[in-house]
Amino acid sequence: MKQMTYGEAIREGMRIRMREDENVCIFGEDVGAFGGCFGVTAGLFDEFGDKRVRDTPISEGVIIGCAVGSAATGLRPIAELMFIDFLTVGMDQLVNQAAKMRYMFGGNISVPMVVRLPGGGGVSAAAQHSQSLEAWLTHVPGLKVVYPSTPQDALGLMLSAIDDEDPVMFVEHKAMYGMKGEVDDVIVPIKLGVGDIKRAGTDITVVATGKMVHEALKAAAKLEKEGISVEVIDPRTLYPLDKKMIFNSIEKTTRVVIATEEVKRGSFAGELAAMISESCFFNLDAPIKRVNALDTPIPFAPNLENFVLPNDVDIYNAVKEVMA
Amino acid sequence: MKISNETIIEMYEKMVKIRKFETRAMNLFAEGQVGGFVHLYIGEEAVATGACESLRDDDYITSTHRGHGHILAKGGDMKYMMAELFGKETGYCKGKGGSMHIADATKGILGANGIVGAGHNIATGAGLGIQYKGTDQVCACFFGDASTNQSTFHEGLNLASTWKLPVVFICENNGYGISVSQARHQNITDISQRAVSYNIPGITVDGNDVFAVFEAVQEAVARARKGQGPTLIECKTYRWRGHFEGDPTVYRPEGELEQWKKKDPIPRVEKYILDNQVMTQAEMDKLNEKIDALVEEAVDFALASKFPDISSAVEDVYTDIVEEGRSR
Repeated sequence: MKQMTYGEAIREGMRIRMREDENVCIFGEDVGAFGGCFGVTAGLFDEFGDKRVRDTPISEGVIIGCAVGSAATGLRPIAELMFIDFLTVGMDQLVNQAAKMRYMFGGNISVPMVVRLPGGGGVSAAAQHSQSLEAWLTHVPGLKVVYPSTPQDALGLMLSAIDDEDPVMFVEHKAMYGMKGEVDDVIVPIKLGVGDIKRAGTDITVVATGKMVHEALKAAAKLEKEGISVEVIDPRTLYPLDKKMIFNSIEKTTRVVIATEEVKRGSFAGELAAMISESCFFNLDAPIKRVNALDTPIPFAPNLENFVLPNDVDIYNAVKEVMA
Repeated sequence: MKISNETIIEMYEKMVKIRKFETRAMNLFAEGQVGGFVHLYIGEEAVATGACESLRDDDYITSTHRGHGHILAKGGDMKYMMAELFGKETGYCKGKGGSMHIADATKGILGANGIVGAGHNIATGAGLGIQYKGTDQVCACFFGDASTNQSTFHEGLNLASTWKLPVVFICENNGYGISVSQARHQNITDISQRAVSYNIPGITVDGNDVFAVFEAVQEAVARARKGQGPTLIECKTYRWRGHFEGDPTVYRPEGELEQWKKKDPIPRVEKYILDNQVMTQAEMDKLNEKIDALVEEAVDFALASKFPDISSAVEDVYTDIVEEGRSR
């Protein structure tokens, strides 16, 4: 075991594959000598040079488009968008190009590309640099969506994302880059579509993604003292989704809370709730409860942002309500 | 530049192929045999033909919604194209793409594209792939005049020029973005002027003169192969049909189409061929008959093919996942 931060783990995953495969390359805004806005690519420019770690213009459409075109012609690019919020500028290349090419061309062309997408709030970055836009991506057939919550998962999932033959959206929570965690000495890829039980429990299931996994664990620790045993499930990949793990857990606990940092309206959490009600309705002993951000843009003032974003207290309250 | 007789014949054959394929597609659409959106290339044959004549099999192209001409010029097979227009399982895309989305990876055809301007960035990416691997391939990017108002035009040309990527940007200026004339959608007449912004060569040629297109693209391809970066080539041309089949073209001034028909690129080549004794009239007639037969063969092939099995609807979304179907 060794200690690694979440950001270092993402970097390590990229470094491992870059050492093994000449066709793996990185491009994005300030990813070169500058090391990326959050320092995630630091050192890779020195190791691999400017051919494989390239600074692009501030031009998100061509960053994603370049990933599509170079993936379709034999590279395995990793494109970094500085913030997931900037997806808007390059969305056509993702939604109408990357996601569609394989299908609409009848399997003729594949686009093995990774797009790194720092998301999430909590750092006073305000409305255009704090969003959790996972649902925009999970809504699009043809994209795979990954969202690790720990360094171990970040590393294992990055390896699988690079190995994948389809476009993989790699969502990262920017407030977790410095978070430390243990990483196995033997590094193995984590298969996409395999969730993880972050804490086993028997009374209620909390399905959480990204940073909310940690909020859920905090709430679970507190609830345990009150005699409520919480099982925390982290799907790790939003598509493909480990439905089986979620449904099995609910069958056991008969109660569920879903916690994501997205605004509630139109969220991936809503999709999870719908799936659960379709498949587990008769196993449920209480209505499904969702914990999300409020339906507002993310505000700047720390007290406002803190109020808008969901946290362990909201999960605690939701669990108490569902258990009542 | 001296163009060999062999090249001239090859280009003539391709132009006739495109014209005949498109004319047949037009009729099939009118008869209701082919559905969806069909955008025909009739009148613009010299552009795709002249451009692709300088490309090798291992070079790439990106195409547009008006893509049949590009696909044929790059070596696409009429049979699989026609089958795709019919939505048959033997089509290039197994019936999932239709007229607007034909691709053939084995011929470097990175797909026709229904999003105006999407190709600029994909071609730039293909250019990056080529430069990265250090080969002397190129990518030709076809696009229309109206797409040069999309942000992708600027993004793609900016990056391709900055990184000196081997991309040839070929603008088919047919004077209209659907119903809006060029004068109403941009404040310039010659789109090649925009090359100045990227410090790359920009040239405007008569897009109905296949030799002019060939020469311009050949020079641009040579530069790209040598690592000297992209070129912007504007080919002024005209589409005889509407934006799509069924478009009543009420936006065209009276007489405009007739004026352009006088500049039909195919008789111009035929005249050159006869004047310079490249072929005899009888040889040309024979070639035309051969192509007629090929088109009919393609239609027969399409008609004889099956529609795809419904189970395939959930395949090829991903390489390793088959989506859920439904019982019906």
